[in-house]
Amino acid sequence: MGYRFGVKSYDLIIVGAGIIGTACADYASREGLRVAIVEPGPIGGGATAAAMGHLVAMDDDPAELALANYSLQLWEDFTGIEQIEYSRCGTLWVAGNATEFAQIPEKIARLAAVGVPAERLESEQLYRLEPALQRGLTGGMRVPREAVVYPPGMARHLLNRACVRGTTLYPLRATAITAHGVQLEDRTSLAGSVLVATGCALPQLLPRLPMRSRKGHLVITDRYPGVIHHQLLELGYADSAHGDADSSVAFNVQPRPTGQILIGSSREYGNDTPEVSMPMVRRMLERTFRYLPALRQLNALRIWTGFRPVSADGLPYLGRVPQRPNVWVAAGHEGLGITTSLGSARLVIDQWLDRPTAIDARPYDPARVATWA
Amino acid sequence: MGMNQVRIAIDGQALDVPAGISVAAAIAQLRLPFRRSVGGQPRTAFCGMGVCFECRVRIDGIAQQRACMVPVREGMQVLTDG
Amino acid sequence: MAEHYDIVIVGAGPAGLAAAEAALGQGARVAWLDAQVTAGGQVWRKDVRYGWPRRVESIVAKLLDHPNATWMPQTQVIAAEQNALLLQDERQALGVTYGALILAAGARELLLPFPGWTLPGVTGAGGLQALAKQGWPLSGRRVVIAGSGPLLLAAAATAKRHGAQVLGIYEQASQAAVHGFARTLWRWPGKALQAAALRCELAGTPYRCGSIVARATGNDALQLIEVDGPNGVQRIECELLAVGYGLVPNVELAQMLGCAMKREAAHPYVAVDDSQRTSIANVYAAGELCGIGGRDCAWLEGRIAGLAATGSAIEASLLRQQRLARRFAANLREHFKLNPCIHDLADPDTLICRCEDVPLRALENFDDARSAKLATRCGMGACQGRVCGTALAELGRFPRSGQRPPLFPARLSTLGDLPSPSDTEGLF
Repeated sequence: MGYRFGVKSYDLIIVGAGIIGTACADYASREGLRVAIVEPGPIGGGATAAAMGHLVAMDDDPAELALANYSLQLWEDFTGIEQIEYSRCGTLWVAGNATEFAQIPEKIARLAAVGVPAERLESEQLYRLEPALQRGLTGGMRVPREAVVYPPGMARHLLNRACVRGTTLYPLRATAITAHGVQLEDRTSLAGSVLVATGCALPQLLPRLPMRSRKGHLVITDRYPGVIHHQLLELGYADSAHGDADSSVAFNVQPRPTGQILIGSSREYGNDTPEVSMPMVRRMLERTFRYLPALRQLNALRIWTGFRPVSADGLPYLGRVPQRPNVWVAAGHEGLGITTSLGSARLVIDQWLDRPTAIDARPYDPARVATWA
Repeated sequence: MGMNQVRIAIDGQALDVPAGISVAAAIAQLRLPFRRSVGGQPRTAFCGMGVCFECRVRIDGIAQQRACMVPVREGMQVLTDG
Repeated sequence: MAEHYDIVIVGAGPAGLAAAEAALGQGARVAWLDAQVTAGGQVWRKDVRYGWPRRVESIVAKLLDHPNATWMPQTQVIAAEQNALLLQDERQALGVTYGALILAAGARELLLPFPGWTLPGVTGAGGLQALAKQGWPLSGRRVVIAGSGPLLLAAAATAKRHGAQVLGIYEQASQAAVHGFARTLWRWPGKALQAAALRCELAGTPYRCGSIVARATGNDALQLIEVDGPNGVQRIECELLAVGYGLVPNVELAQMLGCAMKREAAHPYVAVDDSQRTSIANVYAAGELCGIGGRDCAWLEGRIAGLAATGSAIEASLLRQQRLARRFAANLREHFKLNPCIHDLADPDTLICRCEDVPLRALENFDDARSAKLATRCGMGACQGRVCGTALAELGRFPRSGQRPPLFPARLSTLGDLPSPSDTEGLF
C-alpha cells in the first residue's frame, strides 16, 4: 500500500462497527492486515444492540444452515468471556399442534447432517423442562448446545481485540467511497480496500445493493430467574421469519443470564420510524401469552425497536462488490447476524486474502443480485 | 393510636401492624434490608415514593413489587430477599 | 374499552388537586389519578398517624364526593397514544381518552451519589418524610437530615413528630446564603410564617450550614457518617441518614407526549404559556413539572390549568399571585445553589446505577449515555434511569435521554391485553 501525503493507508477499511464489522476487524487483524474501522455511533449500537442475541441454527435453507453451523463452531471460543454473557441455555422449539410436531424428525435429520445434535420431546418431557408453558402443547424439539449472548458486548470485545492488534477506530461518518478508499465527514481520506458492513445503512454507500429494513420490537422484564430455562420458540417461527408478510409476530422468548426475560418477536416492512408501536407490542405479547400465560403478571422494564437488514433474497452479501475494484461487502443478515457474524467475517476476509473458504461462498456472492447486471 | 390492626406475614413470620401503613413500613418494623442488589449488597427503601425501586419485594407470590407503594392487607404474604 | 373524560389530570398533589377543583367547578367530567394510594402528592402526603393537613383533607373530601370526578388511586400512566392514555392500577389495565390532559406529575428528589449512599438506613430527605408518613418506625431512632433546601426542615419536623431523635440538619448552602435568603422572606409573608412555624417545631435541633455529608459507613447498615463543614470533618453515629439535594421535575410523560422542554441547569422542565398550555394541543402542565416552584405555586398553576383547560376565564389576580410564587422559587434556587464539590463526592467505587450496581469507575470511558448503557447496563434497571440518569445529568456526565413506553415498569398484561380479542384463530 503506497503512502501519500495527508492520506492514511490501510490494507482494509471497514465501515461499520456492528457485530459484523467488528468480527471482520477482529479476524482481519488476526491475519496480520492493517485495519481501520469507521463508526460514528456507539460500538454495536445498531441492529447489534437491538438483537436478542440468540445463537441458533435455522435449518430451512441449506446455505443459511451451513453458515450458521460454521459460525456456531467459531462462537465456542467465546464462551468464557464475561462481557459477552454467553449462556448455553439451549433452544426449545415448541409444537402447538400435530402438524408442527410431525415436522420435527425432518428438522432433526437436517441438523444432524451438519452435526448439530437435537432431540424430539414428547409433551411430558416438554413440561418437565419448561413447567410454565401453557398446557395442551403437543411436544417440541430441543437443541441443547445453542446459546444466548449479549451482542453489543461481543462487538466491543471483538473491537478491543482488533485494536490491541493495531486496528484504528475512526469515530466518524464515512461520507463516500472514493477511487482509493473512504472519505470521512471531517474530510480525512483513508486509502485501502473498503469493506462495507453498515447493515440497513448499506444503500448510503452502495446504492445498487438492494437492502430493506425490517423493524422489530423487543420487550424485557425485570429479573425473574427460573421462570423459563431455554430460549423458547414456536415451530411456526420460520414462517414469520422467512415469510414476506408486511407484518408478523412469533413466539420467541429468552431467559437472560440476569434472570430477565426477553420477549420477541415482530417483523414489519415499510415502517422506518424507531417509535414503539403499542399495537405491535400487543400482538407480540398476545402471542407470547398463548404459550406462557404466567408472564402476564411480570413487570416489563423496557421496550425497544430495531431494524434488521434484509437483502434481496434473505441471504447476506458476503464478498467482492462487482464492478467496484477494492470494494467488499458484509451485510444483510436479517435476523441471524449475531449467529452468523463470525463465519461471515471469515468468509469475506478469506476471500480478500485469496484463500479457500471453509464453506461454499457462492450463495453469498453479491454478484448474484439480479439488478446488478 | 386506635388504628385497626391487620395481620400479615413477612418471610413467614406473622406480624400485626396498623392498617394503612405501607408494606415497606411493615417490613421495617421487623428487619432490614429488603433485598440484595445485583451485586449482592443489602438494600432498603430509599426514595419512599416509588421512583427508585430499591424496596422491591415479593408480595403474594409476585416478585419485584415496590413495598413503598402498596398498603398492607390482611393475610398478605411478603417475602424479602435480604 | 377506553373511558372518555373531558379532563384527565395526572398527579394529585397541589397542582392536580387545584386543577381538579377548578375543572369540576366549570362542570367538566374529570378523572384524576395518582401513583400513590391517597391524594395529596408528596408535600401533602397523608400521614398514617396524623392524616392530612386540615385544609387538604377538606379539599380531597370534596373532590372524592363530587359526582363528576373519578378518582384513580395507585394508577400510573404506562403509555400515551393519540389523545388516549394507557393506565395501570393495582389490578388491571385501563384506557382513558380525554378532551384535555393536565400534567401535574410533580417532582422527585435529586438524589446524588456519595460513598455509602446505598447502605440500608440512607434515604432521601423527602424519602424519609414519605416513609415516616407511611408508618416507617422512627421512634427513638437517631436521624441526621442533610442536603439542601427548605425540604430538610419539613423532613426533620415530620421525623420529630414521629418520635425520631433528630441529631442535626446539615444544609450544603453557606450560612451567608441561607441568611441572605431569610432576609428576603418579608416579601412572601406566607412563606415567612411557614418558616417560623418550622423553626419553632425544630427548636433545639442543630441546623448547620455549609455542611455536606461526604461519606456513610456501616456493615450491612448505616452506622457512621462524615460531615464536611466549616469546622472540618465531623463524625456522627446515627441509624438513619436522609439526604436530598432538592427536587427535579417528573417530565417523563410530557417528554413522551412530545411537549417542548426548557432546562434549569441539567434538568428539563415543561415549557408552558401563561395559561399553562404546553406545546402540544390540549395538553397542559402545572406545578413542579414546569420548574420547581413549591406547593403554593403548584396550587395556583393547577387552578390556572384547570380553568384554561375548560375554556374558562383566568382572573388576573391568579396570574399575579402565580408570578409572585415563581419569583419566590427563583429566589430560593438562587440562594440554595448546589456547591459544585457535591458533584465530586462519589469515588470510583461508588455505585452510580443502584439498580444494576454500576460504579462510577465503569463509566469513565464513555461520553454518551447510550454507549455507557450498552457497555455497563447503567440505567437499564427497574428505575429506568430515574435515579442514575438524573444524577449523571446533574454531575455533568450525560444529558438525560428521551422516553419510551412503558413509562413505568408495567405488567406485561397491561401492555399485551387487547381491548377485545384480536383474531378468532384458536389457541394453537
